[in-house]
Order: sequence, then C-alpha cells, then structure tokens
Amino acid sequence: MNINATLLAQTIMFALFVWFCMKFVWTPIVAALDERKKQIADGLAEAERAKHDLELAAKRSAELLREAKEKAGDIVANSEKRASEIVEEAKTQAKVEGGRIIAGAKAEIDQEVFRAKEQLRTQVSSIALAGASKILGREIDAKAHSDLLDKLVAEI
Amino acid sequence: MSSEAETSAEYIHHHLQNLTYGHLADGSWGVAHTAEEAKAMGFWALNLDTFIMSFLLGALFLFVFRRVAKNIVAGTPGGLQNFCEWAIEFVDSSVRGSFTSKNNMVAPLALTIFFWVLTMNLMDLIPIDYVPQIMGALGVPFFKVVPSTDPNATFGMAIGVFLLVLYYSVKMKGLGGFVGELTLQPFGKWGMPVNLLLEGVNLIAKPISLALRLFGNMYAGEMIFILIALMGGAWAGFSAGNATLYGSQILLSLGWAIFHILIVTLQAFIFMTLTVVYLDMAHQEHH
Repeated sequence: MNINATLLAQTIMFALFVWFCMKFVWTPIVAALDERKKQIADGLAEAERAKHDLELAAKRSAELLREAKEKAGDIVANSEKRASEIVEEAKTQAKVEGGRIIAGAKAEIDQEVFRAKEQLRTQVSSIALAGASKILGREIDAKAHSDLLDKLVAEI
Repeated sequence: MSSEAETSAEYIHHHLQNLTYGHLADGSWGVAHTAEEAKAMGFWALNLDTFIMSFLLGALFLFVFRRVAKNIVAGTPGGLQNFCEWAIEFVDSSVRGSFTSKNNMVAPLALTIFFWVLTMNLMDLIPIDYVPQIMGALGVPFFKVVPSTDPNATFGMAIGVFLLVLYYSVKMKGLGGFVGELTLQPFGKWGMPVNLLLEGVNLIAKPISLALRLFGNMYAGEMIFILIALMGGAWAGFSAGNATLYGSQILLSLGWAIFHILIVTLQAFIFMTLTVVYLDMAHQEHH
C-alpha cells in the first residue's frame, strides 16, 4: 500500500486508454449512431411525406371519382334527352310520312274515280246511244239526230 | 486462509500487500517478498499486480469496444453492439446532463473511466483467496487482484483528471483568468492570501477526494471480505461453533458480494460523473 512509481505508470496508462478510446472506439461508434439517427430521421420524414402524398392522392381520387360520376350523370341525362328527341323526331317524321302516303293514296283514288267516271260516262253515252238507236232503229236517222246526241253525251 | 500456521493478522497483511517490483536492499532488482522489503524500495518501485491487472482490464474493455467499433453497422445492431451502444448512450447522456461546454474528449474519457473503474472494482467479487493461492502456488508471494484497492491506481487516475482540469482551466480562462480565479475571490484582491488558501484547498480537494473515495470504498469492501473469510478460516476441527462460523462465512460473503455489486457500479459511476463535473467547472467562468 505504498505510494510508488505505479502512480506514474497508472497515470500514463490512463492517458493512453483514454486516447485509444477516443480515437478508435468512441468516434466510429458515435459516427454509426449518428448515421443511424439520420437514417431514422430520413425514414420518418419519408413516411410523413408518403402519408401526405397518400392524403393528396386520396383527395385527388375522390375528386376524380366525383367528376367521373358527374360526367357519367351528364352523359346519361344527355343520352336520355337525345333518345327521347330521336323518338319524338321519328314520331313526327312517321306522322308526316303517313300523312303524305295517305294524301298520295287519296289523290290516286280521286284520279281513279275520275277516270272511272269518265270511262263510265263515255260508255254510258255509247250504251245509251246504242240503246236509243236500237229502240228507234230505223226511225231515227243517226245523221239527223247527231246534234241532239252530242248534246246528250255532253250533259252526261 | 493460505495456511494453518498463519495468524489472522498475517492473513490480512498478506491480502493487503501488493506485489512490488523494485530495487532490493541487497542492490539487485526483484520482487519484494515481505511488506518491509516493499516499503524499503521507496518510490521507484512498481506494483506489478496493480499494473498488470489494470492493464488487462483496460485492454479487455478497449478490445471489446474496439471489436464492436470495427464491425459497427448503422443498421440493426447485433448483441454485443447493442450493449456497447447502450453503454455509449448512457455515458453520452450523463455527460450531456452535466457537461455544458463543447469538448469531444470528455465523453470518451468518461466512458473509459466508467468501464475501467467498473472492471477493476468487479475483481473484488472474485473470492479473495483464489488468486493469491494460485499465485502462491506459482511462486508469486503476493497478488492483489483488485487494482482499485491500490491508492496508486486511484491516485493515478485522479492525477490524470487533475491535469486535465488544470489544462482546460488555463486553456479556457487563460493563465491570468485561472490565477485570478484562485486569488481574487471570494474576498476581492485585499484578501488574496485567504482566497488562495480557500481556492487552493478547493482545487486540491478535487483529485484527492476523487481518488480517496474510490480507494476507501474498495479497500473497505475488500477488508470486509477478508474479515468474513477469517470466520471460516478459524476452522479447527468439527464443532457446532466452527460449523456456524463456516456457514456464516458463506452467507455473509454472499450478502456482502451482492451488496458490493451496487458499490462497485456506484463508485465507477461516481468517479465518472465527478470527473465530468470537475471538467465542466474547469470550462466555465467561475461565479
């Protein structure tokens, strides 16, 4: 338990240990710890940013969805309108067409009737003339009474 | 107890004697075989046991930490790295807590002190007769396995710390500032001698208290282990009394060892913290 040169030896040893510890132990380990700290901080920041991005994306997607729904609604409404328009148009067109067809048919019928009447009239006059000539026969001279007959045909 | 013929006093002395290498009375260099021989060697002698043990323990600490530092990864740490990182963060946080200036040397210094003192103190938990007996069988007369029960070791460290305190005091405040701090307060320039006395004591008390606290605690702890060991050592044939003593030794040793784990750690921590505090004071303008 005497104080002796061990004292100096221990002081020197102490100094060397501290120097070694500072240079070869503390510095690399603390550097690694700092690096990990940085990594963790970066990771957290990244996560925060990703979360933010996710939020933005969610908002954006919701907006897109809403827009799409609106558009789809518009399209459906438009198409419905258009469909009813088409139907309306078709109806009116069909009506017009039908009217035209009917009118045409009526005109044709009138023409036919007129033609038939005309034919009938000429036929009736000739039949009447034939009948009258048969009845009168010999009494009536065709030549003498042609004026009368013509008048009659015109009257019929 | 090393032999039946030894008295208790001899046993205790044997356990408290360092293995001293120095200049023997007959003019040759060698190891002292008695306490008187060791004393006669004077200052220029070396306590081999203290020197070897403290070197081995410090080297062990540095070896383990160096291995970790070499293979360190910033990613997920493994087992030993975990421990070292925990130790470093523990030291770092307690340095941050009490050291307010900026100095990159203080934290590694604190780490070294903590683990060196801790490992030296832990040697106290080796059953006290093992190492002296083995060394005795190898022809080594003495071997104190706990370096921190040698005042040379504790004062050695304390002097190292004291030199740092002086160095940083002068570096931070300038020589004039440091001398002024020692002489111009608390009583102003007319009370210079008194100031110097007060502040001088204040300054000197730092390393002395640092060294004596550690030494005293470990020495006393060792002493109690020795005294406990004497109980079973008094064995002289089988009797109720001897058996009781023998049993008491086992129980007391166990109890004291468990309690000592606390002291061992606490003293290491105190030495570290006080060093940091003293260095902090050295960095700061006083008052």
